Amino acid sequence: MQTVQPRSLPLRLPRVRPGGVLPILAILAVLLVLVGIRQPDFLAPPSLMSFLGRSAPIILLAAGQYFVIVSGEFDLSVGSLVTAQVVVAARLIDSDPARTWPVVLLLLAFGALVGLVNGLITTRLRVPSFITTLGMFLILVGAVYLWSDGAPKGGLSEEFRRFGRRAFEDVPLLGRVPYALMVLVVLAVAAVLLMRSDFGRTLVAVGDNPRTAELSGVRVWRTRTFAFILSGLAAAVAAILLGGYSGVSFQAGAGLEFGAITAVVLGGVALGGGRGAVVGAMLGALTLELLFALMNFYGVSGALRSTVQGGIILLAVAVSATRSSSR
Amino acid sequence: MRRSMAAIAAVTLLSLAACATDEPAAGPSGSASTAAGSGTGDQSKFFVQADYDAELGLLDAAPTGPADKPWEQVLNPTMVDTAKFKKNGPHKICFSNAALNNPWRQVGFKTMQAEVEAQKSRIKEFVHVDAEGKDQKQIADINDLLGKGCDALIVSPNTTATLTPAVEAACKAGLPVVVFDRGVNTKCPVTFINPIGGYGFGHVGAEFVSQKMKPGGKVLALRILPGVDVLETRWSAAKVAFDKAKVDVVGVEFTDGDPAKTKKIVDDYIQRYGTIDGVWMDAGAVAVAAVEAFQDAGKPVPPMNGEDQLDFLKIWKDKKLTAIAPTYPTYQWRTPIIAALRILDGQQVSNPWKLPQPTVTQDNLDQYLDPGMPPLHYAMCGCTDLPGYPQRWK
Repeated sequence: MQTVQPRSLPLRLPRVRPGGVLPILAILAVLLVLVGIRQPDFLAPPSLMSFLGRSAPIILLAAGQYFVIVSGEFDLSVGSLVTAQVVVAARLIDSDPARTWPVVLLLLAFGALVGLVNGLITTRLRVPSFITTLGMFLILVGAVYLWSDGAPKGGLSEEFRRFGRRAFEDVPLLGRVPYALMVLVVLAVAAVLLMRSDFGRTLVAVGDNPRTAELSGVRVWRTRTFAFILSGLAAAVAAILLGGYSGVSFQAGAGLEFGAITAVVLGGVALGGGRGAVVGAMLGALTLELLFALMNFYGVSGALRSTVQGGIILLAVAVSATRSSSR
Repeated sequence: MRRSMAAIAAVTLLSLAACATDEPAAGPSGSASTAAGSGTGDQSKFFVQADYDAELGLLDAAPTGPADKPWEQVLNPTMVDTAKFKKNGPHKICFSNAALNNPWRQVGFKTMQAEVEAQKSRIKEFVHVDAEGKDQKQIADINDLLGKGCDALIVSPNTTATLTPAVEAACKAGLPVVVFDRGVNTKCPVTFINPIGGYGFGHVGAEFVSQKMKPGGKVLALRILPGVDVLETRWSAAKVAFDKAKVDVVGVEFTDGDPAKTKKIVDDYIQRYGTIDGVWMDAGAVAVAAVEAFQDAGKPVPPMNGEDQLDFLKIWKDKKLTAIAPTYPTYQWRTPIIAALRILDGQQVSNPWKLPQPTVTQDNLDQYLDPGMPPLHYAMCGCTDLPGYPQRWK
């Protein structure tokens, strides 16, 4: 949390302030209590571990989306990028285990490349990132359809799928720890460290006030482009985990961009940039998944999920708008 | 400034979210929360008792025709005269296809192309138009094909009601029209070709699941999408069987035929109810995803049905599942070509042309499981004697 503060400020007592993680922790705690009342089994280590493993992709996507949003942009292309990656992986691996690792590397490169293109079009050609990434979304959807004739082909190897499906078995206390959870923990730590580095401070400064950042010698375009690349990489990792979880699917990533954006605003990150923590964004994703789990336990139709996401986005923006006008 | 940016952002996101959502609108049988009592809801408007009785009767009927070519066999044939369509070849045959958007259709279309190749001395041109799963596009496609000098028109309709007028228009143009796979609400085509049909498929799966599970247990029903007759009748036959067996259908959900969505839905139900005692599905393409949901949750896989897709047959054998696979054979994609040529010869054909619909059971599983073919291939392709086998289907 200190990352958004100038280094010279003295340490303050924690209190609720814009961009802080306390509100989201409070919501998370309330949801945990509600889940605990309705379905106590859910909080036992095995099901909790599996829940965290299944939530890893959306948490990673939220972290990726955070980098872009805190720098003042949006990335609407991540969902279609995830789908494209899963379809590409299935076709290239074609059930041959020997191709697993080369394809994993290729997916990461592909994710970074899509991020780079998004970033350059947004920053160098000055196309608003809404339009850039919406265009990318449509391009990817169309390209996948063309390339595959409308139905997935090939198959993912078990080696590829283990990242999303398998776990370390017989771990003391926890039972089984999904590989996806381990991947998440490592990348979450990396994301936090990145936000504590000079790059992290620059990224927030760019989102807060690009003009000032520019004048103080920051190359705004380069910083923002890098944020898009991080988002593309996050989508690649999420695709590897999701493809592993569910197998070849034409809808692996459908709607994930909205999930990620909702998670980010729920985590107290300001749309428009410059405020909020990456931990908040990731906790926001976890909270959202827990909310969906709770809705499931109460038998609320899955169709209401997008409605809930929409409500959260509107509410979060309204709250932050009220705050910025009273600043 | 930032405030208005954020507001625009929110509005754009919401409208996009509305576009991107793939959740079906809550229909009469759309979700578990609306279902009460037996949990199966009202009977579909597609349900016709007479058709149901007829199809269930066909399950035991003896087919006429060559035993080694089920795609040329007919159940209870009723022949129609086609002398007025007699024409000298070679012919131009046109095909308006609903979509290629799932592995069943991909396998089927390759089989059809191979049949065309096998008959190339008699077919000078084969025109294929893919409607990409869109009714409006298919209506336009059929309309376009009417001006292209086709000698016969084959239609696999995207949805039943919406495509009916387009098929009627094609009949009026004087072309011999052959409809197959999914039906239309008109008798004007020369013949309608399909296997026994949805009632037979749905009934076989539901009977098996309700007999093999514990009495009164919880069943999850998974459907692809509403509004297609062959899928609607599958569910309505299953509904009859489940209501009769008094099982507790805890959910009827639409999966869009997508494994990711299916696995999530099944997982949600396992979490909500602790476990599920039976799974019925109207198409087997997502069967493996459902099996995996139980495996990953550490639960035994309950009695369930799939289809003749090889990935399901393989996991069935490997994991010793209690399973059955009613089929809707992809070999039916050969029949419209054969029928069109017979009609253009002025030979009588059966209308409707009902093909046999074998069921894969524990006893004959090994016979259909071919490890050399890809996981998304369908065992009942009837394609082993066609040009290009097996490479074309790989």
